[in-house]
Amino acid sequence: MRSRARTLTVAAGLLALGLVPAAAALANEPFYLDLFRRIMIFAIAAVSLDLILGFGGMVSFGHAAYLGIGAYAVAIPAFYGIHSGLVQWPLAIALSALAALAIGAVSLRTSGMSFIMITLAFAQMLYYLGISINAWGADDGMRLARRSQFGGVLDLTNAYVFYYVVFGLLVAILALGHRLVHARFGMVIRAAKSNEPRMRAIGFSPFRYKLTAFVIAGAVGGLAGALLTNQTEYLTPSYMHWTRSGDIMVMVILGGMGTLYGPVLGAVAFMLLEDILSAWTVHWQVVLGPMLVLVVLYARRGLYGLLPGGAARDV
Amino acid sequence: MRALKITAVLALVAAVLVGPAARAAEPVKIGFITSLSGPAGIIGKHMKDSVELALDHLGRKVGGLDVDMIYGDDQRKPDVGKQLADEMLKKHKVNFVSGIIWSNVMLAVAPTVTGAGTFMIGTNAGPHELAGKMCNELYFTTSWQNDQTPEAMGKYMQDQSINDVYVMAPNYAAGKDMVNGFKRYFKGRIVDEVYTKLGQQDYQAEISQLRGKNPKAVFVFYPGDMGIQFLKQYAQAGLRDQVPLYSVYTVDEISLPAVGEAALGNYETRYWSPDLKNEANARYVGDFKKKFGYTPSFYGAQSYDGILLIDSAIRAVKGDLSNKKGMTAAMRKADFKSTRGKFTYNVNHHPIQNFYLLRAVKASGGDVEMQIQKTVFENHKDAYSQECPMKW
Amino acid sequence: MNWLLVVEQCLNGLQFGVMLFLMAAGLTLVFGIMNLVNLAHGSLYMVGAYLATAALSWTSSFLAAAVFALAGTLLVGMLVEVIALRTLYERDHLDQVLATFGLILFFNEAVAIVWGRAALFTTVPRALAGHVELLPGIRYPAYRAVIILVGLAVALLLYVLVNHTRLGMLIRAGASNRTMVAALGVNIRLLYTVVFGFGAALAALGGLMAGPIYTVLPGMGEEILIQVFVVIVIGGIGSIRGALAGAVIVGMVDTLGRAFLKPMLSTVIGPSAADNAGPALASMLIYILMAAVLAFRPQGLFPAVRG
Repeated sequence: MRSRARTLTVAAGLLALGLVPAAAALANEPFYLDLFRRIMIFAIAAVSLDLILGFGGMVSFGHAAYLGIGAYAVAIPAFYGIHSGLVQWPLAIALSALAALAIGAVSLRTSGMSFIMITLAFAQMLYYLGISINAWGADDGMRLARRSQFGGVLDLTNAYVFYYVVFGLLVAILALGHRLVHARFGMVIRAAKSNEPRMRAIGFSPFRYKLTAFVIAGAVGGLAGALLTNQTEYLTPSYMHWTRSGDIMVMVILGGMGTLYGPVLGAVAFMLLEDILSAWTVHWQVVLGPMLVLVVLYARRGLYGLLPGGAARDV
Repeated sequence: MRALKITAVLALVAAVLVGPAARAAEPVKIGFITSLSGPAGIIGKHMKDSVELALDHLGRKVGGLDVDMIYGDDQRKPDVGKQLADEMLKKHKVNFVSGIIWSNVMLAVAPTVTGAGTFMIGTNAGPHELAGKMCNELYFTTSWQNDQTPEAMGKYMQDQSINDVYVMAPNYAAGKDMVNGFKRYFKGRIVDEVYTKLGQQDYQAEISQLRGKNPKAVFVFYPGDMGIQFLKQYAQAGLRDQVPLYSVYTVDEISLPAVGEAALGNYETRYWSPDLKNEANARYVGDFKKKFGYTPSFYGAQSYDGILLIDSAIRAVKGDLSNKKGMTAAMRKADFKSTRGKFTYNVNHHPIQNFYLLRAVKASGGDVEMQIQKTVFENHKDAYSQECPMKW
Repeated sequence: MNWLLVVEQCLNGLQFGVMLFLMAAGLTLVFGIMNLVNLAHGSLYMVGAYLATAALSWTSSFLAAAVFALAGTLLVGMLVEVIALRTLYERDHLDQVLATFGLILFFNEAVAIVWGRAALFTTVPRALAGHVELLPGIRYPAYRAVIILVGLAVALLLYVLVNHTRLGMLIRAGASNRTMVAALGVNIRLLYTVVFGFGAALAALGGLMAGPIYTVLPGMGEEILIQVFVVIVIGGIGSIRGALAGAVIVGMVDTLGRAFLKPMLSTVIGPSAADNAGPALASMLIYILMAAVLAFRPQGLFPAVRG
């Protein structure tokens, strides 16, 4: 059931990511260390979105809101002198989970078009709230005073340490996702996506499972936000803008919806393409657009489906 | 095997010997950050064209070195600007970062650049923080400190005994600086102070509110695209003959081609104008019109000066880009032919310069253009230099 | 209370609402009849604005530019429908959202390739560059007054079309029960293409009129698109009447909220707090309104009658 080819592919991919710092050092291009760290942070966000979008069929256009909340949960305490990551990061996760609980509880009562609209509406509301708070930089945003401190154990100002922290978290999230998807929980979510009335007929309450998935996705999104603001050393409400949700969605689609590992590939492809192609032409998205349309129509498993083992039916 | 070893040693020796010479021929890398897309893109074009003209005038060499110009588009977003700066510093390993229109972007970028030990040569934004407590050895500007220009307008309107003024500006770092500068010299009654969203295009609702408050005059700060939209809509609402409009950074060579008669007769204050008479400016404006076919703006003049400033610094250290203290000392002398004429630097690396009253008048060709009416301030210093800890 | 100010802001709200209506009418028809969620509707608005700006620079006649924009966008719309959208009719909404999102990226980049990334500034026709004295004390920009008139005229036209013509009958039937309509021998494919093209033309009308007010740039469609979706959700999917009601409500609530919420709040919580809370709340108003409608009347205010 679990394809050997796929296990090898995933392992190879993760190994490659793990070796990036060494490669960047050898080539004397520290910029690529930064770039891949940024890619992995968005990969974490994309994986969390895939959980609800790819597996659960919940098209949330407001996922960037959780990244924003996570970012604020780090930057605001830092603004007031609280730099400990042990305070900031759990706060980021908790606040985003709470927000996801509130938003999900309301939104999941609707479906289809209304669900999309209402998740979008909530994200916009948070965005407008963010840009109106003058004390925290309003529309301009503000610099992060200092990267999250971990009491001397982990020094995030060291590029390599920070890289492996993000890498470790990505692997952990993937492992968590893998367990979830293969557990009964994951089965219920996926079944509800394909035929919700049937699930209810069997006796499940899809709402509770969907809400749980929504909260988990939101919490992981919050963690990604905390990492993002550490990466950029900047906080801006535009992290919550719905176009950022769109970017993450592109990574999920491109990588392969409902594949868990695909979004990582999608994040790598999207951001690398952006870096490489934008040196040649600014207009590379004119190809990306139709490519997405084709992927949605004919290649649901995206780039991941092209890899050895990726086309296998089971995740 | 021995042959290989000898070759390797020889190669190493050659590399060491050739090294310094090779280094001397390395080009100087200058990153230029501006807004090239979206509504603000029109300003970016002015700046980029002026940079190119400066490079032409210098024979495509800055300080005698070949130059590698790397342009970046900040999309008027501080986080994008900061990311661009990070990329320029780490990926392209630039020696100078220059440009930046918007004060909020500058506040995100300048500390990043100077923190990495690289020069930041601002060619427009003049947030007060960087003129005061956050002044830095590596940070210079060829423009002004934000407050200065509205201070001149405030003084003019105060001298004219204008009262009941309605004030509007976009809600970001520079917007607030402009209003503060205005109020530093204008002591009359201010009817209301309204801040709109940065980048807002439709001002009809705010114009209705303004009309309802019955002011005797209006003072606004709406740079670039915002000015174009505001001026057009102000005229369309029939307010031009009812309430006179005074402004800074709103009626200029960016907006006049788009709004034309809608701004005829308007007053502004500025440190420069295309008709400012000096040799460098005549050359700049003349060659610019010839090469690009439109009248340059102060955004362009500042960017042009920025390249000349960098050039003067590199010349002073004879191409040794690692001699940063030497380049700072050279820049402090402002020893280059600026389009504004001779000026000196204040202790916080902001220019001490004149400010003039300008008016939009009809030129002989039929176009509306800005012309200097009189001098409002001579050798005007900014209000924040006392807070700057640098001494030299 | 300055009543003249209130009247003027109501006019502003109506003008904004009318723009939203032009977009919403096309979008709701497409959603109601073809069951297609088309995120790229905003792109058609953008294409209309760009074509009008380009034609204006060639011909210097606003009217000619408008005709060119309408015809051109109609063509583009129908091409998009035939090439890209036909495959989407059978798919679920998720696929439609994602695929049309890809179309947005394509269109934004395509106009950037042709016209560049910087915004284009275009002007209102000279004849409308002034103001009209609607009431003593109210000088209203002539151009915006015309927008309101055009919008109301289109609404009237659509009413006549939908209720008193054969095409309108087919549209109403298709919105209620499309299978039946096909079974009765109507050429559904042609109907769909015509409806889509019509919606595209309406969006183009909105775009070409908006150009002088909002500036023309890549991505201009997405900013208004969210608000259009709010209009449709409030008004009811598939119904033109709902689109008009929703549009006017959203236009009014948003404009009046931005104008009067801050001064009203500052009497309650003080001016400096109102400085932060006022604009925030004003921006959120239409979304709060939409959430309320979804909670209490999820089908919208004037849903299309379902057969």
